[in-house]
Amino acid sequence: MSDRLTSLRETIEKILPDVDGVVALRTGPGGIVAPYLFTKEHPEELAKLALWPKEPVPDTLKIILHAHPDAKLAIVCRGCEERGIVEMFKHAQFSLDNVTLIGLQCEQSEVESCQCFKPFTVHAKLTVGQPVEGVRDPMMAKILAMSQPEKLAFWKEEFSHCIKCYGCRNICPQCFCNVCALEDETWVETGRLPMPNPSMYHMIRAMHMTAKCVGCHECEETCPSDIPMAVHFRLIARDVKEMFNYEPGASMEQKPPQLLVLEEGDYVRTGLPH
Amino acid sequence: MIDYKNVLTTCPYCGTGCALHLQVLDDKLVGVLPAKNHVVSEGGLCIKGWNAHAFVNHVDRLTKPLIRKNGKLEESTWDEALTLIAQKFGEIKAQNGPDSLAILTSAKCTNEENYLLQKFARAVIGTNNIDHCARL
Repeated sequence: MSDRLTSLRETIEKILPDVDGVVALRTGPGGIVAPYLFTKEHPEELAKLALWPKEPVPDTLKIILHAHPDAKLAIVCRGCEERGIVEMFKHAQFSLDNVTLIGLQCEQSEVESCQCFKPFTVHAKLTVGQPVEGVRDPMMAKILAMSQPEKLAFWKEEFSHCIKCYGCRNICPQCFCNVCALEDETWVETGRLPMPNPSMYHMIRAMHMTAKCVGCHECEETCPSDIPMAVHFRLIARDVKEMFNYEPGASMEQKPPQLLVLEEGDYVRTGLPH
Repeated sequence: MIDYKNVLTTCPYCGTGCALHLQVLDDKLVGVLPAKNHVVSEGGLCIKGWNAHAFVNHVDRLTKPLIRKNGKLEESTWDEALTLIAQKFGEIKAQNGPDSLAILTSAKCTNEENYLLQKFARAVIGTNNIDHCARL
């Protein structure tokens, strides 16, 4: 890991004089890691550059670009974070004209920790580390082997642990609606715990993640109840890939199916859902 | 120069002690991020922690002590407010004894402030009526 850290530091040092800042991770007090904007005014902070645990940096980029739309920035992003940034760009969250992507390729141990299907960047011109193959989340096979009633029982049990912290929505790089359906009393009653089950909260999240979830697993990681929700987003993503040949974050040009339907009224349907 | 950083702190809402980051952009508080590799909260927060930044600059937040005069709350100074509290506490204690008073401390205080409040209850007022909002 130290080799990757050194070459990432060198890459950032090289780009730092030409940009307003570089979004990456920094080790803070007690060894706790958080996103940070490295600037040429404070190059000494690069001594505290960190790689892991990964953090929701696409959101950091959004926060900075909303306040400074013309800023020239670079961002260190892993495969999942790059996908998150691409989808945010496609949904008009920010412009990438002045943003340089620095791809950080995940190591085998990190891939296994996230059960990531695509642990490498595809758009970033600058990259650090050697790409490794992704793995298939074993939870997917586990769910697929279940009968319908078993699936229902499994998800009802998992969702019954929800403490409605809204952490999965807050941390998701793809949850950026100005008006959130999860804050509408019609769907999610405030002050009610446990939630009605099956829960509208999780059904709405699943629907809204369709053709959007980039598989970063941030929702699962922040969930205090360890609900394996990313797996159902992955299963929906598989259907979206088969039906619309769309993979969130894979291409800068291909429009998300929901935008095509709205804007142009035509899309290519390539298969049937399971 | 754009300035973005995360400041590590402890959630003010209960006694669990979850760690969270306050996201600061150009010296303004813009949000909360959980602290993934912190031993207590391990990257999780409850809904209160996720919104722990919301009260800091809230319009409803009191910035000056208020004293009710002629049935109306009026802005005052800390000197006047603390003098009034000391006087009323003294009167209540003289009339009804120290156990007629109770102190309720807060998870928003530091450990040291909570220590001082129990000292105040026991040594100054003379009562064991001391409790904490996180036990409500």
